[in-house]
Amino acid sequence: MAEIVLDKVTKRYPDGALAVSDMDITIADGEFIILVGPSGCGKSTTLNMIAGLEDITEGELRIDGQRVNERAPKDRDIAMVFQSYALYPHMSVRENMAFPLRLAHVDKATVTRKVEEAARVLDLTQHLDRKPGNLSGGQRQRVAMGRAIVRDPKAFLMDEPLSNLDAKLRVQMRTSVAKLQRRLGTTTVYVTHDQTEAMTLGDRVVVMRGGLVQQIGSPQSLYDQPANLFVAGFIGSPSMNFLPATLADGSLRTSLGTFPLTDRVRTLAEAASAPRDVIVGLRPEHFEDAALLDQTERARGGVFTAPVEVLESMGSDKYAYFTVEGASAAELDELAAETGAADLADAGSQLVTRLSAASEARLGQDLEIWFDPDKLHLFDPHNGRTLTYVK
Amino acid sequence: MAVISSTRGGKKARWAVIDVIVLVYALVPVLWIVSLSLKTKDTFTDKHFIPRSWTLQNYVDIFSTNQFLRALLNSVGIAVIATLIAVVLGTMAAYAIARLDFPGKRALVGVSLLIAMFPQVSLVTPLFQMERSLSLFDTWPGLILPYITFALPLAIYTLSAFFREIPWELEKAAKMDGATPAQAFRRVIAPLAAPGVFTTAILVFIFCWNDFLFAISLTSTTASRTVPAALSFFQGSSQFEDPTGTISAAAVVITVPIILFVLFFQRRIVAGLTSGAVKG
Repeated sequence: MAEIVLDKVTKRYPDGALAVSDMDITIADGEFIILVGPSGCGKSTTLNMIAGLEDITEGELRIDGQRVNERAPKDRDIAMVFQSYALYPHMSVRENMAFPLRLAHVDKATVTRKVEEAARVLDLTQHLDRKPGNLSGGQRQRVAMGRAIVRDPKAFLMDEPLSNLDAKLRVQMRTSVAKLQRRLGTTTVYVTHDQTEAMTLGDRVVVMRGGLVQQIGSPQSLYDQPANLFVAGFIGSPSMNFLPATLADGSLRTSLGTFPLTDRVRTLAEAASAPRDVIVGLRPEHFEDAALLDQTERARGGVFTAPVEVLESMGSDKYAYFTVEGASAAELDELAAETGAADLADAGSQLVTRLSAASEARLGQDLEIWFDPDKLHLFDPHNGRTLTYVK
Repeated sequence: MAVISSTRGGKKARWAVIDVIVLVYALVPVLWIVSLSLKTKDTFTDKHFIPRSWTLQNYVDIFSTNQFLRALLNSVGIAVIATLIAVVLGTMAAYAIARLDFPGKRALVGVSLLIAMFPQVSLVTPLFQMERSLSLFDTWPGLILPYITFALPLAIYTLSAFFREIPWELEKAAKMDGATPAQAFRRVIAPLAAPGVFTTAILVFIFCWNDFLFAISLTSTTASRTVPAALSFFQGSSQFEDPTGTISAAAVVITVPIILFVLFFQRRIVAGLTSGAVKG
């Protein structure tokens, strides 16, 4: 168990490509931290640097207060679970799990005891003498976890450990990983590109893009208070809707209509000295079918009418999709291109709303849609930063 | 259903015919030599494939001469030592080529390819001169050295293909599990590369065992003459006697170690040994 500190850690490849830039994180003892971001954002590189599989170009990595930049992986006492599991195919499950202990010259009786204990925890006891080739994906994944936990390392590093499992098993394993981590109380760094895993597993989430940390915070704070357009678009599923808008006289002019700002939003926007042109962010869940609301509720929010383009019924909810007309989102397109997030570009023209299952929305018919103006986010179109950040 | 099975049957028959042709083509010369080695001296030219009169005299003859036994010992010793060294060096070189990025890697690969393509005949005279002045001529090292030279490119190429097949992550996993690079290689990579190593060993051994060119040019006495070279020195008890019988018997005898070697190592070549290491 250990505290891991990344102090201005930078990774630059010999060809000059910058993979990770000035990363500053303090991972507390026993914390479960998630590195999340699109592929190529530097999250795996960061993990490999903590592991010692990649050199650190600049900055310092400290484990329990000691600089470990120059230490070989084996001297860092950290276990890693790989995306591909990387089991030793010529060894049985038992030998696979015993391998790190045998390298550490642990005596035989202890090895047997620890392996059997880990096997019991992971429900692998009856598979101990089988070879990895004869195991299912989920079982292999558990063996990989077992190999990591047998030697009580200072920290676990997990590199997308669930991404090779099918959807159902992934959900199942997600909860068992969370349980296991809580039970062992070992510092864990978990890399994923899946925002659901990020939201459900971690104590804190680090959102990365292009080698830069975008925001660090608890899952809920990232959802409620995204620091910029990228985090806003990345966290939450379906992702946040973005619309270009103009601020004038305390109201907001968008292609959906002109709506007054609520006091909360106005105060925040003024404090951030918001420019005239802004980008409005609205989460799908902050929309509702206006027909389902009573008068007072309805009057509190903004209402607009649009034809339903696509309707997806999820049972518990309905997702209705609209095309926003005349939404010339030049700044937004630019930003989307710059962030490389194709879904952001899509969000400029398409509006996703999550309606209650009771909604009587019909495909192709006009629907009155209500939204909660108090929940909206404002972003600066030039640098993507939030204008509605609560200090 | 019937149509499918009949076409499947037809396909099978076609393959069977092809197999038989290949087998006959490959085995007839071998069986012919076996047949010659079992014939008595006066029936060599009777034009019968199956000997009319059998004898083991040819085998008795070759084993009763010191010449053949000594050549057999030379052959086994030289081929085994050369194979061992070439495979060990080749394993290390191939691992480096498959895994590491180092300056001069392309040059190394290029040069080894160049050596493999170099016509050996053109090297015989210079080698002969060099070995004489280095007093390596007609010694075991005198043959082992050129064998290693020409076997290494073969070993490096075969083995680097095998190493590339081994998932890189296994080595990372071993490092994370606390292995030194040497331990990772010995306990994880080497066992997985074993089929490749054995395949390479077979190829290199056959190359050394069968060589005639260097064996005949770089030896002069029984001190280091290998069997292929020794065979050409076989003669009958008088200059009018035809040594065909004894040569055939010797040829059969020297084929046996190759067959044993292949059979022994073939058991180690387990296909799909790396399955289950990583997803996919």
